[in-house]
Amino acid sequence: MSDQPNTPTSNPSRPPPWNNPAVRSIVYQVIAVVLLGYFAWTILNNTLDNMARRGIRTGFSFLNNESGFGILLSLIEYDESSTYGRTFLVGLLNTLLVSVLGIFFATIFGFLLGIARLSTNWLIAQLASIYVEMIRNIPLLLQIFFWYTAVLQALPGPRDSIQLGDSYFLNNRGFYFPKPIFEDGFGAVLFALLAAIAAAIFIGRWARRRQDRTGARFPVFLTSLGLIVGLPLVVFLLVGAPLSFETAVLERFSFTGGSRVIPELMALLWALTMYTAAFIAEIVRAGIESVSHGQIEAARSLGLRNGPTLRLIVIPQALRVIIPPLTSQYLNLTKNSSLATAIGYPDLVAVFMGTSLNQTGQAVEIVAMTMAVYLTISLSISFLMNWYNRKVALVER
Amino acid sequence: MDSKLAIVLIIVAAIAGYFAGGMGSDKPAEPTATATTPAPKPQADDKKIPDKAKESSNTLAAVKNKGFLSCGVNTGLPGFSAPDSSNKWTGIDVDVCRAVAAAVLGDATKVKYTPLTAKERFTALQSGEIDILSRNTTWTHTRDTSLGLNFAGVNYYDGQGFMVKKALGVKSAKELDGAVMCIQAGTTTELNLADYFRYNNLKYKSVTFDTTDQTREGFEANRCDVLTSDQSQLYGLRTKLNDPDSAIVLPEVISKEPLGPSVRQGDDAWFNVVRWTLSAVINAEELGVTSQNVDQMKSSNNPEIKRLLGVTGDMGAKLGLDGSWALQAIKQVGNYSEIFERNVGSGSPLKISRGLNALWNKGGIMFAPPIR
Repeated sequence: MSDQPNTPTSNPSRPPPWNNPAVRSIVYQVIAVVLLGYFAWTILNNTLDNMARRGIRTGFSFLNNESGFGILLSLIEYDESSTYGRTFLVGLLNTLLVSVLGIFFATIFGFLLGIARLSTNWLIAQLASIYVEMIRNIPLLLQIFFWYTAVLQALPGPRDSIQLGDSYFLNNRGFYFPKPIFEDGFGAVLFALLAAIAAAIFIGRWARRRQDRTGARFPVFLTSLGLIVGLPLVVFLLVGAPLSFETAVLERFSFTGGSRVIPELMALLWALTMYTAAFIAEIVRAGIESVSHGQIEAARSLGLRNGPTLRLIVIPQALRVIIPPLTSQYLNLTKNSSLATAIGYPDLVAVFMGTSLNQTGQAVEIVAMTMAVYLTISLSISFLMNWYNRKVALVER
Repeated sequence: MDSKLAIVLIIVAAIAGYFAGGMGSDKPAEPTATATTPAPKPQADDKKIPDKAKESSNTLAAVKNKGFLSCGVNTGLPGFSAPDSSNKWTGIDVDVCRAVAAAVLGDATKVKYTPLTAKERFTALQSGEIDILSRNTTWTHTRDTSLGLNFAGVNYYDGQGFMVKKALGVKSAKELDGAVMCIQAGTTTELNLADYFRYNNLKYKSVTFDTTDQTREGFEANRCDVLTSDQSQLYGLRTKLNDPDSAIVLPEVISKEPLGPSVRQGDDAWFNVVRWTLSAVINAEELGVTSQNVDQMKSSNNPEIKRLLGVTGDMGAKLGLDGSWALQAIKQVGNYSEIFERNVGSGSPLKISRGLNALWNKGGIMFAPPIR
């Protein structure tokens, strides 16, 4: 589109603009964009028009109405008098909760499995491959049902809970544990924690620069761990331990009080983690195998032991291969979390596209909002991972 | 380069201008179109209707044309709509569709059933995929006013109740403070439950499942203490438990659930057909007309029966139907009592008593406007 083709001079043989390929291509693209926009506008207009003609309510004002129903699990304040807008938020947070936890556990478990498949120990390698082949070839929905039924059947009722100590209870209503109650002065502890994390990052950078310059190494991991655990602990004790716990108590039907993890979350998280980890294991294996064996031999001949070889030579190179497919597994996991609705975990699809849609009947708006949410989450993950990918990509000089 | 840019700008402006012009000319056209629609309607109605929008508002002609009725039913709720062992749909909701098919087409078997989940049902009706929604659907204000549909009547008066494990020793819903409830998603149940507990200052937790079967399994696996649903469904679900005697249905009914068929809003002719077919089978019970004696009843000297069966008057013609519309519906499907007893009453495993659904003159509230 810029200035590379025929320069506008007083050249008499200059072709007319409609014969100019640059002009033509722009015209075609403009026409395409305008047609596409017109198409979208027509569909939207047509839908609204038809819905109005049939007496179907449209618009987003329902978000301010009282929802009037309860939700099993909510990370924010929520009750029956909250609005549909709040319902949407609760569902969104529940979806994010299971996705984030799922991504976290699936990554750890997947990496371990992937490395296990490459193990020189025959038994470990075989077990890992059996696991991978089995789990990734069974539909996820079935696995979710399986784990949910297993969780419910295996655990006792609230009256015969499995008890760990005085305040931890496990039964088919969930896992109950003491709820921490933060008292005045706990802010100082949080502040100490943040300061420790910042210091750890700083030390990490400093150590790397020093190693680049002098070759001397610094125990970054141990120092950071000491800082992050130790500093808040010291502050905590100094300000007089401003923390107490609320334990769950058995009432007529169930436990009340305390914190709990509901069995739906356990089953869903377990199934998503197991399933996605099987795929991640294969990606990790592919990544590690893509690093040429010569690299390892070279590291050995420099005198590096196994640990540093893996950490400094193999993994940084493997990551380049691992990150892009890993991203799509993260996206899959997030989208798969919508299967939650099958076992009653109150995720976005269940509470918003289920109950809210049914009560308000505003299918077009609600489905559009739900789709927009999944699109936004997926694009954000994608963006983050691409950014990380650029960081670990081979810097060509 | 400047000239190129100018050309692009001119083209964009021209195209934008064209569409803006198009939109502009559309806009004044729209109000006039809607304003003039009511005016030519009387003439247009008698003639053929080429307009696509009109087509959807003439369901009666469309059903007669295609020769069958599209009916949206439950995916499987014993007594209301469920396929039997020979894969034939049966149930009290199914019989509404069969009666309408008999009245309109003269053949109760000419029905195409579309099993729908609670979530899908209204969209299916709105989009024209089905002609009539007969799927244990509660008639509520919101649904009637904002979903583009009209309820044609009530074929079952229900109410929400609770089923609990006997072992808990609960005798009344008022004792359910702190209990965990299993609910099926996409029903009015969730709202009623929240209202009732809020009003009575009780606490509860609810686990919401997607289907009826999952709800029952959750209850059976002891995930919850209570299963709440419409009473008619509770009895059906209780028979499906591994040990039906381990659970009881509490006496409290916490809501009004008038269940009935609905049709698209704005199609009064079709609305009338469904409303009056339903009324005809209820009136038939009141007048003692059954599927067995309907032919003899034609010679009855009761003027009401004569009008109902089309011996005198033009009740069918007023609906745009054959004179024997009600006769066919009663003969092929039965009167309301027959429908009820066969599907949910004494002739079925559910054994639900008539209760509220008895006729108005027999202690219930089932009341149909008269055919005259």
